Amino acid sequence: MKRNWMAYPYFFWMLLFTIVPLLMVLYFSFTASVNGDGRFSFANFQRVLDPLYLNVIWRSVRLAFISTVICLVLGYPVAMLLAQSQASRQFTLIVLFVIPMWMNFLARTYAWMTLLERNGLINTFLGWFGLGPYNLLHTEFAVVLGMIYNFLPFMVLPIYTVLNKMDPALTEASYDLGATPIRTFFRVTLPLSLPGVLSGISMVFMPAVTTFVIPQLLGGGQFTMIGNLIEQQFLRSNDWGFGSALSIILMLLILLSMRIMSHYDRDRGEGGGFF
Amino acid sequence: MRFLKKSYLGLIFLFLYAPILILIIFSFNASKSRGAWGGFTLDWYRQLFQDDALLTSLYNTIVIAIVASIVATLLGTIAAIGIYRMKGFRKSFMINLTYLPILNPDIVTAISFMLLLIYLKIPRGMLSLLLAHITFCLPFVIISVLPKLRQLDPQIYDAALDLGATPKRAYFSVILPQILPGIFAGFLLAFTMSIDDFVISYFTTGNGVSNLSISIYSMARRGINPKINAVLTILFVGILALMFFINRRVNTNSSKKERGNV
Repeated sequence: MKRNWMAYPYFFWMLLFTIVPLLMVLYFSFTASVNGDGRFSFANFQRVLDPLYLNVIWRSVRLAFISTVICLVLGYPVAMLLAQSQASRQFTLIVLFVIPMWMNFLARTYAWMTLLERNGLINTFLGWFGLGPYNLLHTEFAVVLGMIYNFLPFMVLPIYTVLNKMDPALTEASYDLGATPIRTFFRVTLPLSLPGVLSGISMVFMPAVTTFVIPQLLGGGQFTMIGNLIEQQFLRSNDWGFGSALSIILMLLILLSMRIMSHYDRDRGEGGGFF
Repeated sequence: MRFLKKSYLGLIFLFLYAPILILIIFSFNASKSRGAWGGFTLDWYRQLFQDDALLTSLYNTIVIAIVASIVATLLGTIAAIGIYRMKGFRKSFMINLTYLPILNPDIVTAISFMLLLIYLKIPRGMLSLLLAHITFCLPFVIISVLPKLRQLDPQIYDAALDLGATPKRAYFSVILPQILPGIFAGFLLAFTMSIDDFVISYFTTGNGVSNLSISIYSMARRGINPKINAVLTILFVGILALMFFINRRVNTNSSKKERGNV
């Protein structure tokens, strides 16, 4: 019984609204406008090599990397504690962990704006101890903090899922064979949880490196990242060619990191493979 | 050690909840200052209900989320059945096509969609927002439904046919009930993704149509306004109530089923 046709409306929808737009981006990235008509050119990609823009790309990767590492260090113990907790309490803890995610993404970022302000709550609190006020908002610290706050659950949940499915007999066997808890962690638990760690890393790094809201609101627009640069090209300077070239580079960056991740993660279901 | 573990988890929960709770508390603050408490007031809520622009954006957010998630669920479920029946190259092509928008950075999806709208001369506003939301919701429905289809016993469809059911009937009374949890999960995922979206909406709207995320963004860039706290409190409490309601419904339904089996 053939039912293939059922996927066709979806296929044409995706063709029109996903594939065609991406091809348009590709087209514009290789087109330079000369006296009103487009010509094939590498000019847009050459512009990216300008130290000014390379600096922006470097900052995006650096800040996203720092946030990812901090999320991993903070999040791994959380995932372990969640997985170790009693089954009766586990569900409640997971729900409690997910509830903040139901708050709008922009709201979560906005909440930190009010906290970090010069006369915000954190500075008021520090003031009681005769400290500050400090300029916390519009710093790189604020940007990284915003990323960690927004993306920490993306690190914890995949690691938790893997740890939760792990057979507890494995760590027990390790103890029985005389391994210390630390050795058990590094030789048994950590290697087995690697697929979760890898998907956590990519789920934090990807939105962090592409965000433009967090640097705009918490960085005050002073710490331009690739996302901000792309936004400027399309909504302010109307330089679609350069904006498209930056988008293509961003896509390649993401696909490359996915590729590296999936190389280490052989335990994947059917389909996939391409990314 | 136990104490250490508990306090670490407590600190992380504090980190996750404190900003949201403070945001909610300060929506009742009489003083406009973000550092000091000036007494309880409902003034910001009164001002919110007089602010037509903000209310309209809240309304738009909800309408778009409902319409987009319903359309995406219908189209996506049908597509998932089609993909499930495919084989070989076509199947892996369709699955990769589904993963492409999920992996693609939001901002690239957004600007590419904006280019298409301009090229096709589709006016930017409610319609373009709906098209964009349906598009980014679709893959999430498919990745929720496909695993349920894979869990199906491939023979139950044939069994239904052998017992004299028409193909249509076999789908509606045999396959559909079994994959319903996946469809429902996909719908919820699509709904929350749509409510939460900012980047794609920001680039695909126009002509003064905005959703809540866009309003918050433009207000927040101008500074802090307790009206934002008020509208966010309403939205958060609304979503929380909805989720608990759904959860209770699902629980009572499954316990009914269990009783039925006994």
